Amino acid sequence: MRPNVLEASAPAAIKAPARTILTIAGLEKTFDDFTALHGIDLHVQDGEFLTIVGPSGSGKTTLIRLLVGMETPTSGSIWLRDQRIDELPPNKRPTCMVFQSLALFPHRTVGENIEFPLKIRGTPAAERKARALELLTLLRLPPDYYSKRIQQCSGGERQRVALARALAFDPEILFFDEPLSALDYRLRKTLEKELKDLHARTGKTFIYITHSLEEAMVMSDRIAIMRAGRFEQIATPDEIYARPVSRFVAGFMGEVNLFDVTADGTDMAGSGLVIRPGLAAETGLKGPGTLVVRPEAVRFLDFGEAADFQIQGVLHAEYALGSRLQYEIDLADDRKGTVEVLREQRITGKPGTDVRLGWDLSSCHLIKGA
Amino acid sequence: MDRLNARLGYLTALPITALLLLSFVAPLVVVAAFSIMPQKVFSLAHLPDFSAYGEILRQGYWRSLIWSLGMAIAATAILFVISWPLAFAMAKVYRRFTLVLTVGVVMTLFVSENIRLFGWVLTLMKGGLIEGYLRSWGFAGFDGLLYNVPVIVFGLVYVYFPFMLFPLAQGIAMVPDDAREAAVDLGASRWQLLREVELPLAAPGIVIGCLLCFVLSAGAIAESKLLGGQAVIVMGDEVETAFTYGQNWPLGAALAMVLIAIIGAVALFSVSRVDLDAMFGGRK
Repeated sequence: MRPNVLEASAPAAIKAPARTILTIAGLEKTFDDFTALHGIDLHVQDGEFLTIVGPSGSGKTTLIRLLVGMETPTSGSIWLRDQRIDELPPNKRPTCMVFQSLALFPHRTVGENIEFPLKIRGTPAAERKARALELLTLLRLPPDYYSKRIQQCSGGERQRVALARALAFDPEILFFDEPLSALDYRLRKTLEKELKDLHARTGKTFIYITHSLEEAMVMSDRIAIMRAGRFEQIATPDEIYARPVSRFVAGFMGEVNLFDVTADGTDMAGSGLVIRPGLAAETGLKGPGTLVVRPEAVRFLDFGEAADFQIQGVLHAEYALGSRLQYEIDLADDRKGTVEVLREQRITGKPGTDVRLGWDLSSCHLIKGA
Repeated sequence: MDRLNARLGYLTALPITALLLLSFVAPLVVVAAFSIMPQKVFSLAHLPDFSAYGEILRQGYWRSLIWSLGMAIAATAILFVISWPLAFAMAKVYRRFTLVLTVGVVMTLFVSENIRLFGWVLTLMKGGLIEGYLRSWGFAGFDGLLYNVPVIVFGLVYVYFPFMLFPLAQGIAMVPDDAREAAVDLGASRWQLLREVELPLAAPGIVIGCLLCFVLSAGAIAESKLLGGQAVIVMGDEVETAFTYGQNWPLGAALAMVLIAIIGAVALFSVSRVDLDAMFGGRK
């Protein structure tokens, strides 16, 4: 007879009501005459995977160093739940970070590295070892790695050791400072997925810093885009992809076509664009705006075929991207356009052929304002 | 190609090998040979015996040996403790100022050790800078600060300071900043950071600095002679006396051999415990 046992784990859909774990209020940091952060605010939910994305010099590294306590803010405050932590030194904060360089201790074995935070707390040796072995299993490293030297581990293995060490600390929030940036493309892709999976299994709050929006898209619940010491947009990956708030955000992820448009009354106009009349009224645009058109939203128009937006160009080159093909189109005024289609939709034209591109309002995004 | 390189390597090493054999190994062999000659002979054409070593035990020369080694250990320990903060600052805190410090400390080496020690004699002696001034300002006079064991150790610390400072700074420079930050981030206190991360990672520099200071101090003569007067007789002094005033070369050679054996053992043991290649950028 089959025993009547209830599954111990609750369904993933039932979650405790989201609570704020980290609050940043008016955080500002200046170095001599340079302001790295301009009084930023942020709330992070318990158990969230938040990624902060920005180009170098956008202040994201300064922000994370403030959050872990390696820098002190010029003004503003950082709160972990109800406790103010910006005045605490890093070793008194219940958070920890996975470094870009990983910062493993080269004179210690894998096991000693993982046990380090436990040793600091005075955990007995047997208990430490048991926890280290548990973490090795969690990160899919064989138990005999316990006594390996760091120098014997590959890049991906070191990554996992650094993660295990951070998890051994059992932080309230785990910070990541671009830990994957030094790895090769394929390993990075694998580890991105593993990290997302690890986040789901541990239920910890992850705050991740990267310059790659693509990386952020794969892993995050929410993405905060930074530019020159401020948040440009904080939203879900879908929202950022479909509705970027500015040209900066739109241009951040891969190739995108951007067109300046202006609206006067009911009609919209843009350089080189043929636009269906009445669109300004439909979109509610008054004055200038920017059209954001993803390469896969653009199609080649057959003779007589119509679209909300049309533009004339000359085929420049074709690039194979695996399952897709990418076309680069010369537009008027020395501008370039990018079109991506599935392989089956390859066009017959040779470089130099005149083409007409089109897309509809429903498949593009309009940023209002200059 | 590799084999050719290896052959060329031996060839290019030949002149320095010859020079080292002639100027470094040969005198050592001569000293070793003299140490097993009968007492008070001046040639190596005698049947070997170990009477000189027996003499060391009988005449209580081990007392000098203990003083030499003891003061060398004390000086090395003091040097390590006082040099660490400055070496740390030179490696991790100061930027431009490190160069100024380096030049300043190296400059002291341009003046002969004996002259610098005489400077201290003038400073510390009765009627010297310190005692003389204090007396003229109305304080009670005293016997001066020379001619005791602590002042010898002070002299050793003073003279061998650069030999501790620079290797230590080099060792501390090898401690990666991110490893230090990670340790603090993972909860380490200042003291735990020092014990768990900084000391082990700076170990090659620590070993070299301590070894240099210990070896130099154990064989030092000038400090005990000039600052210590005859407060204690050190090993180097005994060797010198045996060769010159005592006219007993085998005894001097045997004393030297004992010192060489002890220092050599300490050096080999310490060097084998650390990865010196890491410090000199050899094996990665």
